[in-house]
Amino acid sequence: MLTNKQNLDALDKFSENLEIEGRSLWQDARIRFMRNKAAMVSLVILVLITLSVIFVPMLSEFAFDDTDWYALHEAPSAVHLFGTDSLGRDLFVRTFIGGRISLMVGVLGALVAVVIGTVYGATSGFIGGKTDRAMMRILEILYSIPFMFLVIVLVTFFGRNIILIFVAIGAIAWLDMARIVRGQTLSLRSKEFIEAAHVSGVSKWNIIRRHIIPNVLGIVAVYSTLLVPSMILTESFLSFLGLGVQEPMTSWGALLQEGAQTMEVAIWQLSFPAAFMVITLFCFNYIGDGLRDALDPKDR
Amino acid sequence: MFKFILKRVLEAIPTMLILITVSFFLMRFAPGSPFSSERTLPPQVMENINAKYGLDKPVLEQYTTYLTNVIQGDLGPSFKYKDFTVNELVSAALPVSAKIGSVAFVFAVVFGVAVGTIAALRQNTWLDYSVMSTAMLGIVMPSFVLAPVLIYIFSINLGWFPAGGWLDGSIQYMVLPVLGMSMLYVATFARITRGSMIEVLNSNFIRTARSKGLSYSYIVLRHALKPAMLPVVSYMGPAFVGIITGSVVIETIFGLPGIGKLFVNAAFNRDYSLVMGVTILIGFLFIVFNAIVDILLAYVDPKIRY
Repeated sequence: MLTNKQNLDALDKFSENLEIEGRSLWQDARIRFMRNKAAMVSLVILVLITLSVIFVPMLSEFAFDDTDWYALHEAPSAVHLFGTDSLGRDLFVRTFIGGRISLMVGVLGALVAVVIGTVYGATSGFIGGKTDRAMMRILEILYSIPFMFLVIVLVTFFGRNIILIFVAIGAIAWLDMARIVRGQTLSLRSKEFIEAAHVSGVSKWNIIRRHIIPNVLGIVAVYSTLLVPSMILTESFLSFLGLGVQEPMTSWGALLQEGAQTMEVAIWQLSFPAAFMVITLFCFNYIGDGLRDALDPKDR
Repeated sequence: MFKFILKRVLEAIPTMLILITVSFFLMRFAPGSPFSSERTLPPQVMENINAKYGLDKPVLEQYTTYLTNVIQGDLGPSFKYKDFTVNELVSAALPVSAKIGSVAFVFAVVFGVAVGTIAALRQNTWLDYSVMSTAMLGIVMPSFVLAPVLIYIFSINLGWFPAGGWLDGSIQYMVLPVLGMSMLYVATFARITRGSMIEVLNSNFIRTARSKGLSYSYIVLRHALKPAMLPVVSYMGPAFVGIITGSVVIETIFGLPGIGKLFVNAAFNRDYSLVMGVTILIGFLFIVFNAIVDILLAYVDPKIRY
């Protein structure tokens, strides 16, 4: 039945078609991602925000720490687009400077978490056995420690510098990452396609390079995108308590804290930084969701 | 089941020890001291103070003393509030936090699961979309933005609820703190419930139940809800941790005399024993709650038990 001419032709054409439409995992993911409108819009907005936190402070006529005693608590106007704060500093510049710090802490914190978490999780998953069990036990113990409280202690006692802050919050956040990567590696190790690669004589290094890394990378990418907003939130949380960046430097969290104190008389001091922060977090979340949908192996 | 619970309880002991040890040595090696005020005290006075709090003894001895005291439930005297022990301060603050926290937690679970289920049943309708985009807003809006906004709207403009204070926990004083604390978790629970509910509703045993002719609401309540609750229950641990941590911000904003505010003040005052005491207490709560969640999970999912 399979050997009649028509079927053979169809089969030939089918495999030709396959060849034309064959796409790599990443091409496929990129096309899916580009089709996701919410994620693409978010990406554009995020790029704009990133560019403006870098360049707006350079181009503005005010410096972020310029105080103007004749313009305290001034409402938004043509001169001060976002108004001024309680010391007469231009809120437009401060919002972007604050964004610079928040985004930097967010990205660097996430990077710390991703590196530690991936190495830890992959090691645990690859080696397996007793090492795996011991490493997971350590993770469980760390899970029960109220880290936020330790960070508050650390920051109050050992000085408030920004590097310490993002190392500290990055070091907290790696726990989830480690769990995810370990689970992924473990389940990959026993997959048929890995065994098939073994059987057909692919070297171990090539298996890791061609099969393990691309498959883990997807999930790492997704969670890193989702980690950045949570890092930004953590930094803001500390800044809000007065433990984050120190004056005259600022971050979105610090601006929100100042704004919350004066919202009865000067709501713009709260609303502009809040709007920027919420929009940024929105974007990161939508991009993360979009990436997840694009890279989810179950969907492929 | 009993064996599982016993194992879980025994596993908590080393965690607790590590937590106590870490917080103890962190405190001991922190620069500065709670007694270093602007006015330098005469050395004799310092000596007496150190002797009173046992700070003149070798560190290892201090550690063992502290450990035995903690095991007996004694967290020692406060360094700053001289007439109070840590136990007294904590037991005054804990009920406040427990009340707000538990209300917020229950509200988050019940409301989140209900909303998530409804969204799942009406998947891809306007109701689903509007509920889920509101949930996204709840997720990106941190409590320290939400709480001031709530105060601005409901206390300053509308005057419905007080902007802060406690007044022994009367209801109108609790509404805004609870809302500010729980919105993030309502949103997260809703998202998790929706996702797992959709997955469960597409599974084979639901199709079987439907082909038997059972009514849809019966299927949802009787067959779908329990398996769909698995990821919800496992998120309860992190949610609890988050609500406790969040109490630091919420209690500061609303001026509530709870554990979170006590802790922040203690850290600012360098009140070592109080900071340690609260950290250990919260760690203990985390561990107990995580154990409860694990036991609950084992109850919902027989796979874990065996």
